Amino acid sequence: MKPDKKLIFELSKPGRVAYSLPELDVPEVNLGELIPESMLRSQPAELPEVYEVDVIRHYTELSRRNFGIDNGFYPLGSCTMKYNPKINEDVARFTGFAKIHPYQPEQSIQGALELLYTLQNDLATLTGMDQVTLQPAAGAHGEWTGLMMIRAYHESRGETRTKVIVPDSSHGTNPASATVAGLETITIQSDDKGLVDLDALRAVVGPDTAALMLTNPSTLGLFEEHIVEIAEIVHEAGGLIYYDGANSNAIMGITRPGDMGFDVVHLNLHKTMSTPHGGGGPGSGPVGVKSKLIPFLPKPIVAKKEDGTYGLNYDRPESIGRVKAYYGNFGILVRAYAYIRTYGPEGLRQVSECAVLNANYMMHRLAPYYEIPYPGVCKHEFVMSGRGLKQYGVRTLDVAKRLLDFGFHPPTIYFPLNVEECMMIEPTETESKETLDSFIDTMIQIAQEAEQNPELLLNAPHNTDVRRLDETQAARKPVLNCACN
Amino acid sequence: MKHRYIPMTAQDQADMMKVIGISSIEELFQDIPASVRYPGVLPMSEALDEAALLKHMKELADKNADFERYTSFLGAGLYDHHVPVVINHVVSRSEFYTAYTPYQPEISQGELQAIFEFQSYICELTGMAVANASMYDGATALAEAGALASGATKRKELIISRAVHPEARQIVRTTARGLNLDVVEVDYKDGVTDLEELQALVSEDTAAVIVQSPNFFGCIEDLRAIEPIIHSKKGLLVVSTNPITLGLLETPGKLGADVVVGDAQPFGISASLGGPTCGFFAVAEPLMRRMPGRIVGQTKDIDGKRGFVLTLQAREQHIRREKATSNICSNQALLALCASVYLSTMGKTGVQQVANLNVQKAHYAAGVFAQQSELALAFDAPFFNEFVVKLPDGANIDDVQAKLLDNGYIGGYDLGIAYPELQGHMLVAVTERRTKSEIDQFVNRLEACL
Repeated sequence: MKPDKKLIFELSKPGRVAYSLPELDVPEVNLGELIPESMLRSQPAELPEVYEVDVIRHYTELSRRNFGIDNGFYPLGSCTMKYNPKINEDVARFTGFAKIHPYQPEQSIQGALELLYTLQNDLATLTGMDQVTLQPAAGAHGEWTGLMMIRAYHESRGETRTKVIVPDSSHGTNPASATVAGLETITIQSDDKGLVDLDALRAVVGPDTAALMLTNPSTLGLFEEHIVEIAEIVHEAGGLIYYDGANSNAIMGITRPGDMGFDVVHLNLHKTMSTPHGGGGPGSGPVGVKSKLIPFLPKPIVAKKEDGTYGLNYDRPESIGRVKAYYGNFGILVRAYAYIRTYGPEGLRQVSECAVLNANYMMHRLAPYYEIPYPGVCKHEFVMSGRGLKQYGVRTLDVAKRLLDFGFHPPTIYFPLNVEECMMIEPTETESKETLDSFIDTMIQIAQEAEQNPELLLNAPHNTDVRRLDETQAARKPVLNCACN
Repeated sequence: MKHRYIPMTAQDQADMMKVIGISSIEELFQDIPASVRYPGVLPMSEALDEAALLKHMKELADKNADFERYTSFLGAGLYDHHVPVVINHVVSRSEFYTAYTPYQPEISQGELQAIFEFQSYICELTGMAVANASMYDGATALAEAGALASGATKRKELIISRAVHPEARQIVRTTARGLNLDVVEVDYKDGVTDLEELQALVSEDTAAVIVQSPNFFGCIEDLRAIEPIIHSKKGLLVVSTNPITLGLLETPGKLGADVVVGDAQPFGISASLGGPTCGFFAVAEPLMRRMPGRIVGQTKDIDGKRGFVLTLQAREQHIRREKATSNICSNQALLALCASVYLSTMGKTGVQQVANLNVQKAHYAAGVFAQQSELALAFDAPFFNEFVVKLPDGANIDDVQAKLLDNGYIGGYDLGIAYPELQGHMLVAVTERRTKSEIDQFVNRLEACL
């Protein structure tokens, strides 16, 4: 067995340095004369002392113990793990984008503002909305921003509406965002087709309804066929409807949330627009609204002036305020803009068509081996249940761990919550038929292994850097830093 | 039809449709009502080939005045520090940047260990017991700190210093409105939080006192004096800090802070028009299970090998839904990696040296400003690398900035934008990147622009 990978702190040897700093070129003054001793650190921070080769080898070794899309297939449902184009990385690093400050005079950041303005408009067109803010840093941040606007809209009309309705298949961020926006969540059951139950919806809407939050296609990969009726039910009750854009990769250029009747939309640029997820972030969650909600958008908004130059509009008296410092995750917005310019509108439509075809192909090929709770047509992703394997003492978790042995990232598991032993598979458009077939064949083999040799799954993974980890111990007696001193 | 990121050939498409049992792609979209289908081609920006796209992006980038072509004295929360070249090499490793959140720990030990080391760095620098995996930025982290304080104390009032970054205060207010909390601002006096006024405002209803040190004016707050004011009323002390100052300044943890947040942008992260940067969030031990966001913990695998996992997830939205401590899901992991690589590179002596360079150069610059007949320093309080210069009465800062730009300088922040009483005051930042001659010439040029 290989020894544990060392922490960077464990590589430290006093006297080594990995930095190069300039000599002080102004007369040095005793620090105590500049800042009172009482404000200075009584003990230095015990950071490691290593040289540059240690730094590079340490992080290179860590990178080798990590799995990204560039390593292989990553069918993590609802996360849209598509290829992250390299040109996007290159352009975001252009000095004129990377080394600029948000408080520079507007005339000195015209290129950046032009990019933001164009992206705002393109995203508004893509979603069928009237105006877009690029400030939110992630999807959940966008949800909260949208709900705060919905709340402000109702309040501006003298109405107190406190309830947010979500289906049982919704992302956990939806109810969490509602709480942070000071609203209460009502969860409704899906019908037997996995769709919003219209009667259940009718039963809960009323004068206290602030909004319905809907992911469409849903986390089950199903398009809400009755979306027009759903919008009518909520609107007639005086509520608004919110589009969780996590699954937008299924519908680009085909249908738009704005045309379906949604009032507020967020997009996850780190999903649909290919920006890299970075091991957990940064993301970007722009929010689009219909005209009646424009006054409440966070400030500032990027605007084009009459003289053709671009500026930042802070004069927004009804705005919900500011939701993020400066103007959003600009570096991510640059990548998303480059992605849109790579495809154009017809290319984006092709993206969605291929993503949907890939998902349906996988679902059909896997159907004889795994239970498909909602057969028929799926969109960009679909769910399977692993409950048929329980008779062999095997669970979905074991299937996921066994996939690691074959070099695949597993699907999203145990979500959505309304499907027992759920696996949620999203192939995206950037995977070849050969890759899909290889994954499908592996899944078929694993289903056979479950029946014939369940131990193989129960003890998986077998050849990863570490094997199954004790998560209970981690939570019961938390060790959250190296406490190296 | 062909595209370099899409592998599907006509034959693939035909084979796959045959397996599904359809004769056109259109059949896969039959469940979308005709009335909501988009009939034509969306009127969006058109596609460009790779070379044309590079050219277009370069043209946009070149319209911006960047810190390589211009000499910047602008800070106000985002600083022009040297970025060690190794950082870009590490974060460009696509095993890191093309990975999702490490949900499968067996194949994500690299990311998990990197986050664990980031948490360790933040704890060591801030003097706190526990840190999380990162937040969107320093400003949203501060807003989350206010929410945490309210939850922990079951109180509804936040008292925030006017010397906290104006945009962070705005976000605290937006967040507080969502949670139905009251925000009270305490004024500043001589560049630091007015302690007499603070003493008068704090009560048994106060969930937290929120200060920033060094504050927005660059002045170092007297945390030793602020701490008893809030703790005597059993509220929490929330401190926002610039982490690069902690190479030399006493840790907020040692001075009694309950929550310490900030933005790790000075640690090797591009300013990038303000984002993405990296918020950090650290707390005292008793508040551990109230923290927002991802947390990585150390454990063992079934063979007894050391390993790392996402932990304490019972706080989080995907488990707790509407009862979660926060709605945060995505964070800023790749920027936390930048900060970690920066700190690994600087190490124990480097963080002290870079902090000292900032202090020495900024104080030299302040001395030069103070010697000019038409310029004066606004405040006497101790500072780190940023200070406030008062321009002569009637000076038009917009004009001054424009003239500075024409001369190759990005001037300091116009405080009149956020503080009506500070019209004609400029917040000047001096990092280790500024040379003596740049400082001397900038001061001369500024006087000439008046």
